[in-house]
Amino acid sequence: MSQAKLLQRLFALMIGTLLLLPLAATADEDEEEEHEPLPFSELVITEPAQRYSEETGCVAPEEEMRRNHMEYILHQRDETMHKGIRTRQFSLEECINCHAIKDDNGEYVRVEDERHFCATCHTYASVKIDCFQCHSDVPVRASRLRTQQSGLAPHPYDKPFAGKLASETLPLLTTEE
Amino acid sequence: MKQVLNYRETEGKSTGFWILLGGLGALIGLALGSVLYMEHEGHYVTGMNNQIVWGMPHVFAIFLIVAASGALNVASIGTVFGKSLYKPLGRLSALLAIALLIGGLMILVLDLGHPDRLIVAMTYYNFKSIFAWNIILYNGFIAITAVYLWFMMERKMNKYYPVAGFFAFIWRLILTTGTGSIFGFLVARQAYDAALLAPMFVIMSFAYGLAVFILVLMAGYAWTGRPLGDAVLFRLKNLLGVFIASVFYFVVVYHLTNLYATEHHGVERFILMDGGIYTKLFWIVQILLGTLLPLAMIYHPTIGKSRPAIATAAALVIIGGFAQLYVLLIGGQAYPLVLFPGHEIVSGGFFEGQINEYSPSIWEISLGVGGVALSLIMVTIAVRVLKFLPTSLEDSVVDPHAAKAD
Amino acid sequence: MSDTSKPIDPSRRQFVTRAGGAAGAAAIAPGVFLTTPAQAKPADQPVSSENRWGILIDANKCGNGCNACVTACEEENGWGSADPSEDRSRPDQKAHWIRKVTIRDKATQHVTTLPLMCQHCETPPCVDVCPTGASFKRADGIVLVDKHICIGCRYCMMACPYKARSFIHEDLKDQRPWAPRGKGTVESCTMCVHRVDEDGTPACVEACNAETHKAMVFGDLYDENSEISQELKKHGGKEIRADLGLNTGVRYRGI
Repeated sequence: MSQAKLLQRLFALMIGTLLLLPLAATADEDEEEEHEPLPFSELVITEPAQRYSEETGCVAPEEEMRRNHMEYILHQRDETMHKGIRTRQFSLEECINCHAIKDDNGEYVRVEDERHFCATCHTYASVKIDCFQCHSDVPVRASRLRTQQSGLAPHPYDKPFAGKLASETLPLLTTEE
Repeated sequence: MKQVLNYRETEGKSTGFWILLGGLGALIGLALGSVLYMEHEGHYVTGMNNQIVWGMPHVFAIFLIVAASGALNVASIGTVFGKSLYKPLGRLSALLAIALLIGGLMILVLDLGHPDRLIVAMTYYNFKSIFAWNIILYNGFIAITAVYLWFMMERKMNKYYPVAGFFAFIWRLILTTGTGSIFGFLVARQAYDAALLAPMFVIMSFAYGLAVFILVLMAGYAWTGRPLGDAVLFRLKNLLGVFIASVFYFVVVYHLTNLYATEHHGVERFILMDGGIYTKLFWIVQILLGTLLPLAMIYHPTIGKSRPAIATAAALVIIGGFAQLYVLLIGGQAYPLVLFPGHEIVSGGFFEGQINEYSPSIWEISLGVGGVALSLIMVTIAVRVLKFLPTSLEDSVVDPHAAKAD
Repeated sequence: MSDTSKPIDPSRRQFVTRAGGAAGAAAIAPGVFLTTPAQAKPADQPVSSENRWGILIDANKCGNGCNACVTACEEENGWGSADPSEDRSRPDQKAHWIRKVTIRDKATQHVTTLPLMCQHCETPPCVDVCPTGASFKRADGIVLVDKHICIGCRYCMMACPYKARSFIHEDLKDQRPWAPRGKGTVESCTMCVHRVDEDGTPACVEACNAETHKAMVFGDLYDENSEISQELKKHGGKEIRADLGLNTGVRYRGI
């Protein structure tokens, strides 16, 4: 009967593998060589080239951004994609514009490089992101934060103040003084 | 002497068993290797392109999915229509249905541009999409058939299995209708825009599913040395004959309807006369080898009683089925979209108005074969570990009253 | 776009020119704003179903042999000749957003040339068939692919009557930030949604006007004062495959 048990296990294993297949299919096969896990505090996270504002530094307090940046990006992604809301504060393009890092030759480092701002932590934490399959990982055009600094809160519909700036400035610019 | 119907696991100690497992395992391994390569490099390594967007993997996947719902028919005839001769076959029938469906779905999922986003397919639903409905229908089919199987095999639940069988039967009809509708709802394409495709797929499933079932049954009983009586086999092969004829009828009606509408003359001419490989596949493989030859073999008074002939006929139906899906799927895409009726294309970017080329790559074929191998390996292992197959399907066992019941 | 250290591209130059033009108008006549966009949408406001964007293409004005709209689209959205990273795909696997087609009437021998792209249907078949809802239509009628939830099943490509969609067959690099695109997803003409959201004109229309063919008019079909509505009201316009009843946003004249 032990052979039957073995086969039963094999069967279960097969079903299990089957469920994991889709994930395995796109996993990177070039595994990194083992190296000592570095404590997080020793990760070199380069200072961004420019700051969103004097008070907050980043577009939201740094603690908040470290923990929840994906929520902001995800929210902005759906707002922009489906509703055409194109505020700059939480746009991925502006993340890249501020946080892009240049190497010794003055070239921007790509996301495959561990010095890339996103890659630094994501490699450390082994969290794979597929943003850059489609999005540019280096700045292409200059920041437009200054010209379109609207939508101060990430959830325009939760907070009444949200987006006042843009709604009010646009008519100001287009109607008489 | 009265014999009792008795289910038992297959032996599984022989070298043959392990060779079978090893062979099928190797095919699955090759398929997985192909998938890793295709998904890592991107679909440019395949023969598929922006005109033929669904290729060989889809031919295999749709065949397996269609055959899956058809394989359940044998169980349904026993349960829903109360034909006692089919009842001993119910367990294998339901098992085969689940295995074929999983094989087909594996191909479909692994060919996606983003198989890693399977979770997205499960969490974001567009209920207007027949594809989204099919995701629910496929998962539901596996669940319902599994329950049906459990009720059949668990003595305590045995009294409920007719109910489960009835639901499974209804569900499978809806499922194949859904699969056919994937094409039936495509108004844009000349070859697909027909509501007839849904019932046609249902009939196709009857034939393909039964052909696969007959082959698996014959192989299973021959390789395990269990007796398989003529009563069961001849009944199944006669049924197969009826199904082949029905598919043929639908194919004829489908083409006649298209020929009636002048706007479809172009695509009909393409498939039936000057489509090159598609025309050959249609006439030689689908019609001659896949329909007329097996029909003749099955109904021939002497050949029809020979077991090798029955097995060959079933195999021919499967080959014809692949050809039919290839012609429908790839041929339907190869024929260009008609955007400007009454006009000829002088020039145009991106292969405007041209017959689209497709030659399947080894990776796609390997993925398709891997799906078939997965289905078969599941059946092989399942009949080894659980009581699916009756120890004997001799005439005296299956239906002592067969003569009277007829 | 291989040299990323010099982030200058034609579209940006055009954007600057446009902005400069508007500012100029403001300076010349303070208080009187002739160039005030009718549908100025603040960046933080969602698009509205009170607009329906469309393009009217006059095939009689379209230049035989002119490819300006296609080139402009490639440059703006970074595909085709403007995307050196898509080099392993075969020609029949490469992306295409817009193409020029020349047809001849079998009866009259009349030759017509026209650009063909996503027709931005009101009832798009691609949206109906998409299992995840990645293929969708915005409130203002622009049909898009949400590549974040596209699983790459290609059913929309099967359903589209215009062959307007492409599947990306390989890894891409250096995409335009305003037109993200990548392996394993489906894409098509976005009617330059990033420009439209900032009151701009699609690149193809702009290029056509720059060539002085003026065969393409872009505008709001629901605004009866817009040029496109006026033109359509006066001269009418045809849909390609009107028999499907898709009520396309792209209309043609002279076919």
